[in-house]
Amino acid sequence: MALLDIEGLSVRFKTSSGLFAAVEGVDINVDRGEVWSIVGESGSGKSVSMLATMGLLPWTAQVTADKMAFDGQDLQQLSSRQRRRIVGGEMSMIFQEPMSSLNPCFTVGTQIDEMIKQHLGGSRKERHERALDLLAQVGIPDPARRIKAYPHQMSGGMSQRVMIAMAISCNPRLLIADEPTTALDVTIQAQILELLLRLQEDTGMALILITHDMGVVAETAKHVVVQYAGRQVEKQDVKSLFANPRHPYTEALLSALPERAGDQDRLPTIPGVVPGQHDRPSGCLFNPRCRYATEHCREVEPVPAPDDPARTLCHYPLEDGVSPSPAAAGVARDNPQSSPHREVRP
Amino acid sequence: MSRDAVLSAVNLTRHYQIKGGPFSRPATVKALNEATFELYPGQTLAVVGESGCGKSTLARVLTMIEPPTSGKLTISGHEVSLKEGQRPPAALRREVQIIFQNPYGSLNPRKTVATMLEEPLKLNRKEMSAAARREAALEMIAKVGLRPEHADRYPHMFSGGQRQRIAIARALMLNPKILVLDEPVSALDLSIQAQVLNLLADLQEEFGLAYVFISHDLSVVRRIADDVIVMYFGQPVETGPAEEVFTTPRHPYTQALFSATPVADPNRRRERVHLKGEPPSPLAPPPGCPFAPRCHLATDACTQDDPPLERVDDRVEVACIHVDQAMARYARAG
Ligand SMILES: Nc1ncnc2c1ncn2[C@@H]1O[C@H](COP(=O)(O)OP(=O)(O)OP(=O)(O)O)[C@@H](O)[C@H]1O
Ligand SMILES: Nc1ncnc2c1ncn2[C@@H]1O[C@H](COP(=O)(O)OP(=O)(O)O)[C@@H](O)[C@H]1O
Ligand code: SF4
Ligand code: SF4
Ligand SMILES: [Mg+2]
Ligand SMILES: [Mg+2]
Repeated sequence: MALLDIEGLSVRFKTSSGLFAAVEGVDINVDRGEVWSIVGESGSGKSVSMLATMGLLPWTAQVTADKMAFDGQDLQQLSSRQRRRIVGGEMSMIFQEPMSSLNPCFTVGTQIDEMIKQHLGGSRKERHERALDLLAQVGIPDPARRIKAYPHQMSGGMSQRVMIAMAISCNPRLLIADEPTTALDVTIQAQILELLLRLQEDTGMALILITHDMGVVAETAKHVVVQYAGRQVEKQDVKSLFANPRHPYTEALLSALPERAGDQDRLPTIPGVVPGQHDRPSGCLFNPRCRYATEHCREVEPVPAPDDPARTLCHYPLEDGVSPSPAAAGVARDNPQSSPHREVRP
Repeated sequence: MSRDAVLSAVNLTRHYQIKGGPFSRPATVKALNEATFELYPGQTLAVVGESGCGKSTLARVLTMIEPPTSGKLTISGHEVSLKEGQRPPAALRREVQIIFQNPYGSLNPRKTVATMLEEPLKLNRKEMSAAARREAALEMIAKVGLRPEHADRYPHMFSGGQRQRIAIARALMLNPKILVLDEPVSALDLSIQAQVLNLLADLQEEFGLAYVFISHDLSVVRRIADDVIVMYFGQPVETGPAEEVFTTPRHPYTQALFSATPVADPNRRRERVHLKGEPPSPLAPPPGCPFAPRCHLATDACTQDDPPLERVDDRVEVACIHVDQAMARYARAG
């Protein structure tokens, strides 16, 4: 049984101009100790799908799913008290902006203590010991002094370490990290990613890392979900995703990476923009930007083939870099878009 | 300054005086220290480094938004000598334009695209008729890959990538020789980033523009830069041709920066040169080499004097007293 088992997750927001489907048809199965990544451009629904899983969306959100279970418990059937015990305890989350997720009015120690009190309990002294332990575990120098610090007295990297300390304070079995390093510099990012992976290994918790950075995906995750405009477009293990993307969007995204473009004069691009709430096309959502699109794509929404383990949301999933789409014939020769198998420059 | 350089900077420095408060003494923040380089038509100089290292300060000094506190800046053969609060001559200001990271904040929400593009012409080309201005604006709109019907729309109607195109169009209206691009694609999604980078390459080719490209994204820099300056704590620590610096990083900080950058290739998970700690506070600069507190090669000698940039190769300069060891070690680490 998977630790996190989600099928057909959809989230619609009530907006002034009607319902907006921010997430539709997301499936994700995370086993104990696995490292997953959800990747996609902004607005693709990465955060919303995980916030829905955590039950942290505002009331304007309508969340539906065919299945939404954590460790065998149906998350949709839980009482709010049962849910609170799981969320923040067995399943916890850290957010992109470490500075704004910490309360500026309380010391780091008070905030960690609050977390421990809620989920683990223990005497004041035990909780203090645990807090010091946690700060040391996430690599904060001089925890005894730092525990009395206020958030504004810390750098972005230190704040993110504190957020991680809080998130792991109750020994979660699943940690969801939403762009945990996007606001940080690369040398600090490397430290934080290493910390997350080390904690994951030490504790055996499962980790879902939300990111828009293909480099971060390649260096951290074992399995990847790719999202586009609220849809999950494919799901693969990381090596096959980079070697053999199944969805044309993934293929195009990978070849737009500067480091994969080789010596070509110009970068391969994806024309157009991600559709917004009001300009979603009919048929496949990617069709206006897809170089393999056919009339069929413009009219009929694709569904994953039942026997496709990647659950590719495309009428013509790529096989070894080749699209079976009738529109593919003319593309390969005259389109400068590179093949995803191109060697990476060291 | 060599004959064909459009811009030359010699020991360009910008310090800020911080007033003391009830709990703090007045202090000097050395935001930019002794940057020396030249810029050529049709070439891109990249400035890389982490936040707070002085990249934007350099951008403000080069675009004459702020005067340097010392050093010499020469643009198109004219030495810019400015006092605090003085405005540079319009002819010189026209030569250098700047594009900011945030395509949302840098455009006036109340003006249409055409109005924004015509404005610089109105101010600087008084002889131009309204019709000629409109025509020039439309021409530029096409050049940056927007459509004619975009001319009369407002910024909020555009996506991030389109707004960055508008900002680029506006910057080019007065035919500058130099564009200073401060993280121009960092706020954009990957698929849009490639479009804007290609546009910049096209425009550079067409107009022979010189770019100062400020970025923390090394894979982008590697792709587009001719020369590169790596900055740490306000100072250049390594400069040289991009290809050379990228294949053989020599300064321990450059090496750490490169190895911290994730590579989009799952078969290449490698051991990193890990950088401990964080950059020092500008209010409490460490003695000697500013990188010493984080440097795995630091010795006592490193905390004595701040090492100056020294030529270590034909065209590469590095500010490190143990550069030979750094290179040997990096080569061993593979
Ligand atoms: N007007 C000012 N007064 C005082 N200090 C300043 C001022 N402007 C910049 N600084 C300081 O100078 C240093 C360099 O700042 P700068 O904005 O150039 O960094 P940066 O590399 O652009 O960083 P980022 O990528 O975060 O924008 C920083 O320590 C900054 O706090
Ligand atoms: N509270 C909300 N009300 C309406 N729309 C929302 C709300 N939160 C998010 N959205 C929309 O849902 C989509 C997905 O958002 P999100 O998951 O935050 O994207 P990202 O992939 O960048 O994390 C976006 O179009 C966003 O504007
Ligand atoms: S369904 Fe058609 S348009 Fe959509 S991604 Fe597949 S080939 Fe492209
Ligand atoms: S001078 Fe010393 S401390 Fe500075 S970079 Fe070189 S080895 Fe490191
Ligand atoms: Mg998000
Ligand atoms: Mg800056």
